[in-house]
Amino acid sequence: MNDNALITVTDLKKHYNGGTVKALDGINCRIKKGEKVVIIGPSGSGKSTLLRSLNLLEIPTSGSIVFDGEEITSKKANINKHRQKMGMVFQHFNLFPNMNIIRNMTLAPTKILGKNKDEADAKAIELLTRVGLADRAEAYPQQLSGGQKQRIAIVRALCMEPDVMLFDEPTSALDPEMVGEVLDVMKSLAMQGMTMVVVTHEMGFAKEVADRVIFMDEGVIVEEGTPYEIFNNPQSDRLKSFLSKVLV
Amino acid sequence: MFRPCFVFKIFRKGERMKELWNEILFVFGDGRHELMINGFLNTLKITAGALVLGIVIGILVAAVRSSFDKNRESMKKRGGIGYWVLSIINAVCKVYLTVIRGTPVVVQLMIMYFVVFVSAKDGVPVAIVAFGINSGAYVAEIFRAGIMSIDNGQFEAGRSLGFNYVQTMRYIIIPQMFKAVLPTLCNEFIALIKETSVAGYVGVMDLTKSGNVVAGRTFEYFIPLFTVAIIYLVIVMALTSLVGRLERRLRKSER
Ligand SMILES: Nc1ncnc2c1ncn2[C@@H]1O[C@H](COP(=O)(O)OP(=O)(O)O)[C@@H](O)[C@H]1O
Ligand SMILES: [Mg+2]
Repeated sequence: MNDNALITVTDLKKHYNGGTVKALDGINCRIKKGEKVVIIGPSGSGKSTLLRSLNLLEIPTSGSIVFDGEEITSKKANINKHRQKMGMVFQHFNLFPNMNIIRNMTLAPTKILGKNKDEADAKAIELLTRVGLADRAEAYPQQLSGGQKQRIAIVRALCMEPDVMLFDEPTSALDPEMVGEVLDVMKSLAMQGMTMVVVTHEMGFAKEVADRVIFMDEGVIVEEGTPYEIFNNPQSDRLKSFLSKVLV
Repeated sequence: MFRPCFVFKIFRKGERMKELWNEILFVFGDGRHELMINGFLNTLKITAGALVLGIVIGILVAAVRSSFDKNRESMKKRGGIGYWVLSIINAVCKVYLTVIRGTPVVVQLMIMYFVVFVSAKDGVPVAIVAFGINSGAYVAEIFRAGIMSIDNGQFEAGRSLGFNYVQTMRYIIIPQMFKAVLPTLCNEFIALIKETSVAGYVGVMDLTKSGNVVAGRTFEYFIPLFTVAIIYLVIVMALTSLVGRLERRLRKSER
């Protein structure tokens, strides 16, 4: 049953403040290799918490996550090892401001994977070329526009050659004219077969790229299905009401 | 005998500069300049030693305190002895910070010299230890505040790339933290240099004490005390400009 599942989440709960805030309240889902899953839902519904639980930036209160056949929520799991295989892109880029772009990208491959500098540099330049930023390799993050920063953040994660990429509202902090360039990078990544879990408010992206759309509200998955099912044939009132608000 | 009010007259009337010079030769003559040089070197030794010790203690304490704050939740959840060990060390650090910052450094110095190291013959190492332990408490809080001032997103970016906690600190957080706290750290060191002037309380011949001794022997206070003041001032100004240059260089590396 789970043979091609890359990530399996079972009854995942995350409670804050002694259980008064139920950010996640029993999430079950499977993400297959190569699948593109887009998570949508109103603010505060637990999207970020779910995404951040997948690589254990948040420690779940209960439930289990199996990644690549290993239960990473167990006490024995080496989470650092698994995180190398799960790239993450944040809303606010989180580039290292004291390092230039190439150093941002090669720090983890050299220090963690033990690659030598030339090898890591070559890989970084190749990726920078792909996103059209090879000429900015020596620049520092504050010299770049928001869209450029986010494209760098994406290729920085790719330098570790992850099995899955997690995106938490990657375009929400961008000026409108820069959203497109970031979404384009994500689309081409999707086309190359990367497994992707994307939290976003870009419904156009969801329709175009997603294999499956998950709608969350109040810490649970309310509805999931193909983009067509979710956007054209919503079942629950909560989803209908949400879509009426975002698609005006 | 030289009187301070003379100075102004001297400077007004250039021809009396020679008189001042003669006074200086007298005050620091008869081997008394060696006393001053020795005091100056002792002040440098105490400051440098205490600085190194303070930074080492500061890093360790700040590491314990901030890693406890940051990992408390996840360690508690994972259970095991690690959590309890870290809790106890954290509590010890808190007591250290409270006691050191809550009592005067002169008292700490005297306790070190007259109680802890009663058999010490040379006061300088004792002073290094006392001022180092004292400075460590302030440096620890500076470092901790510096670590807390770094956006948590930096930490998460590091962890999400696969760095463990220590690597994230080492490669990502601490370099940024160090830059952020450099001016504050500089102020702490300037304070430290001046604080060492109480070393005379336990008989250490530091710069201040030497000046005092010279004054006592020559019955001449103006020249020795102003010399002492000027030397402190020069050390502090040199350090300030050094750190300023370092800051500018660090900033340039981002442009
Ligand atoms: N560290 C925290 N402490 C307390 N409550 C939190 C914390 N993080 C998130 N929450 C709460 O959990 C809920 C889900 O948050 P989040 O996953 O960020 O939602 P979303 O990303 O969908 O906007 C919210 O109600 C939020 O207030
Ligand atoms: Mg969110």
